[in-house]
Amino acid sequence: MSDAYTPDDGSGIDATTTPGGTEHTRDEYEPVEVFPTEGMDLRPGADSCYKCSTCDTECPVAEVNDEFPGPKFQGPEQWRLKRNEDTDIDDSVMKCSNCMRCDSVCPSSVPLSQMHNTARGLYVEEQMETLSREYIRNRILSNYRTSAWLASKVPRIANVVMNFGPARWLMERTLGVTAEREFPAFATWTFREWWADRGGPRVPNDEKQVAYFHGCYSNYNTPEVGKAMVRVFEHFGYQILVPEQGCSGTPMFANGMLADAERHAETNVEGLVEAIDDGAAVIASCTSCSMALRQEYPELFDLKGIDDLAANTYEALEYLRINEDLEAALSESEVDSQSFAYHAPCHARNQGLATQAVELFEGVEGVTATDVGDSCSGISGTYGWKAENYETSMAIGEEMFEHMAADEAEVGMTECPTCAMQMEHGTGYEIRHPLQVLEAALC
Amino acid sequence: MAISDDVLVIGGGLAGMTAAIAAARGGARVRLLSHKASTLRNASGLIDVLGTDPGGHGPLADPFDGLDALPQEHPYSVLGEQAIREGLALFDDLLGDRYLGAHTDRNALVPTHGGTVKPTARYPAATAPGLASFGTETLLVGFESVTDFDAPLAAAHLETAGVPFEVRGVTLPFPGEFRADARVTRMAHALDEDREVRADGPATGTRATLADRVADHLDGAERVGFPALLGDEHGEEVREELADRLGAEVFEVPMGPPSLPGLRLEDALEAALHEEGVRVESGNPVVGYEGDDRVETVTVERVHREVPYGAEQVILATGGLVGKGIRSSRSGVREPIFGCHVPQPEDRYDWFSDGVFDDQPYARFGLRIDEGCRPLDDREGVEFENLRAVGAVCGGYDSAREKSASGVSLATATVAGRRAAECL
Repeated sequence: MSDAYTPDDGSGIDATTTPGGTEHTRDEYEPVEVFPTEGMDLRPGADSCYKCSTCDTECPVAEVNDEFPGPKFQGPEQWRLKRNEDTDIDDSVMKCSNCMRCDSVCPSSVPLSQMHNTARGLYVEEQMETLSREYIRNRILSNYRTSAWLASKVPRIANVVMNFGPARWLMERTLGVTAEREFPAFATWTFREWWADRGGPRVPNDEKQVAYFHGCYSNYNTPEVGKAMVRVFEHFGYQILVPEQGCSGTPMFANGMLADAERHAETNVEGLVEAIDDGAAVIASCTSCSMALRQEYPELFDLKGIDDLAANTYEALEYLRINEDLEAALSESEVDSQSFAYHAPCHARNQGLATQAVELFEGVEGVTATDVGDSCSGISGTYGWKAENYETSMAIGEEMFEHMAADEAEVGMTECPTCAMQMEHGTGYEIRHPLQVLEAALC
Repeated sequence: MAISDDVLVIGGGLAGMTAAIAAARGGARVRLLSHKASTLRNASGLIDVLGTDPGGHGPLADPFDGLDALPQEHPYSVLGEQAIREGLALFDDLLGDRYLGAHTDRNALVPTHGGTVKPTARYPAATAPGLASFGTETLLVGFESVTDFDAPLAAAHLETAGVPFEVRGVTLPFPGEFRADARVTRMAHALDEDREVRADGPATGTRATLADRVADHLDGAERVGFPALLGDEHGEEVREELADRLGAEVFEVPMGPPSLPGLRLEDALEAALHEEGVRVESGNPVVGYEGDDRVETVTVERVHREVPYGAEQVILATGGLVGKGIRSSRSGVREPIFGCHVPQPEDRYDWFSDGVFDDQPYARFGLRIDEGCRPLDDREGVEFENLRAVGAVCGGYDSAREKSASGVSLATATVAGRRAAECL
């Protein structure tokens, strides 16, 4: 395994003194490996946990669901229990929404989400009945790309059928997909169709290239976000590549479908690494996609080039902030007066990107973006689509809904497509992606 | 370079947050980088300056009386009494009536969850009625699921310590259905919302049910201490209602992590940062720098990728050995970002002394600073002209032994923040 957590033990061993006072040089000193290190070794991570329980107080699921034992149990404690080979993974692991907020607060850098992902994968592989309703439903939900691909062939019919009352009633009864939510509309023209139609990149530039990882949602549901990405990056003179790609794997990790995720990862790594070798950086507009490519891929899979991909992937705004003088470019722009209630997705938080959008729009004449607080939206991808999680999901989202309602803005803003769904579901607001606002300001 | 500010603060604890605020108040455009969410939730929320007498043993009545006896490399000795007073003044201004203790120089004596008494300079308003210097009969109430606070044991400890009042402890079930290891935040929120509890009879609120259960054990006590979980956002309201129903004063006993008083302090300081226009980024560590005599950029590791952040002035607030601002290995003790000099005995076996409660050399490991908080090299010269160190990354003092952690953070932060802004 390529990227199991290893603790920083300082600058290594070059000399040491024993109690007797004898000097040993590095050559003489042979530290003994007590534990085997091949394979994914999560022991150093488990040992780094000093049980301060900070993760438990941060977990949005544990906050509203008393049955859920929290990340400290799901991570280091469950990992230890599992050392006894006859101990099963506790089924509460399926109640973790994979928001990864525990990672963002752990003062000891315990790889909690990696532990949760591996435990969930093991649970699904070894303990879940593949003919069960839950397994079938989770498989369908996590392979959203497949359903979206099908729907995109007949988008108008799909949009009617997917929100047809009796059909939704049946889906809830047979599959446990909540009938409370409205299915997102499928675009009549996908991003890739648009991209092909316009003849690909309009700015040729050997020096500045980016490969766009649009993910499933910008392609099938919100091509306007993909188009905004293209226009903004072309504005700064980038040549854009759109390599072959599958799903990032985010919904599959969250459902423990690691084999499905790895299959898609193979496609993604192959296509994107080729672009990286040609000098391009990889840009995602969805923060969960960039999270998957950067962190979960090297933590969970061992594929050629996967570390290169992790090191060369960026969220769109993040990349521009590092490489362009966005502040200066925006200081000259002006847009019609607009206010946005901004929600930072948990996965943006984990990449250190929770405050960048609000900070950036401070400098744009006419735009007011207010952060509606650091709570989780509650939907966490497929999590809030499951009938049994719907109530929990809405209870978690309550704080965000209240803060959105209290703010004067009546349009929401976020980078994450499913957070956007939840924001819209809870408030009825229209939701924009920061790239769309940037497009309006610059292009 | 795209990301650039006047002042860059590395670290989001008490020292880092207050240094950022001090610099912003000095007119600087400030960015604060924190690797993880603030660790203030691991702190008791008490603000100590100097709790024990450096010359002898036992608690110190007035922290300012102890300053002369401190060694010359102690941050207090380097910065002077005025810096401590400035730090406290900034804190008082930021926290307003949420904290008490500003009316006097003298230490207050706060009973802790272990049943010891901690001399401290500032304390949350929720703790105030519990001070050990009041002679009022006291009942301590613990909860079965909050195992960090054994009320009868804490009461016995306090009695042994010779507090001037009668104190008893009782352990009760917390109202409502909670798992056996429920987090304190859940109970605090149940009290905030006064959630309905259905026991045997008709449903009542969490607060009323709790007061009912405690009333049976009151037996003449004039004040009641609870573990610090009496509400999160509506703490004052919760305490007032409980006091009203019990006919006794109600106070919180500060707890270990995760600590609500620490979380509340974190929230208050985060709001202040926002108010002062400080840009806060959390999630990625600072791993290095570029520069020679000056720090030109600091290097932030963003999930496998290094990104430079520019600044005129840099403030290092990464914490000590526990906070990982100071690291140790077999080869020595070091400051990992800038490689600043950390004075240390050459022989690793001189780092510590055998008795656990001895005066431990390692507890004083950290950077030596000048009167502008700039780290000093091994020849007493300045390491970088534009780098300042604040809080526990500084050495020359033993915060646990002296009970001086918050005071050093506030004093260094105020000086460094102000000086950084002045140098722009």
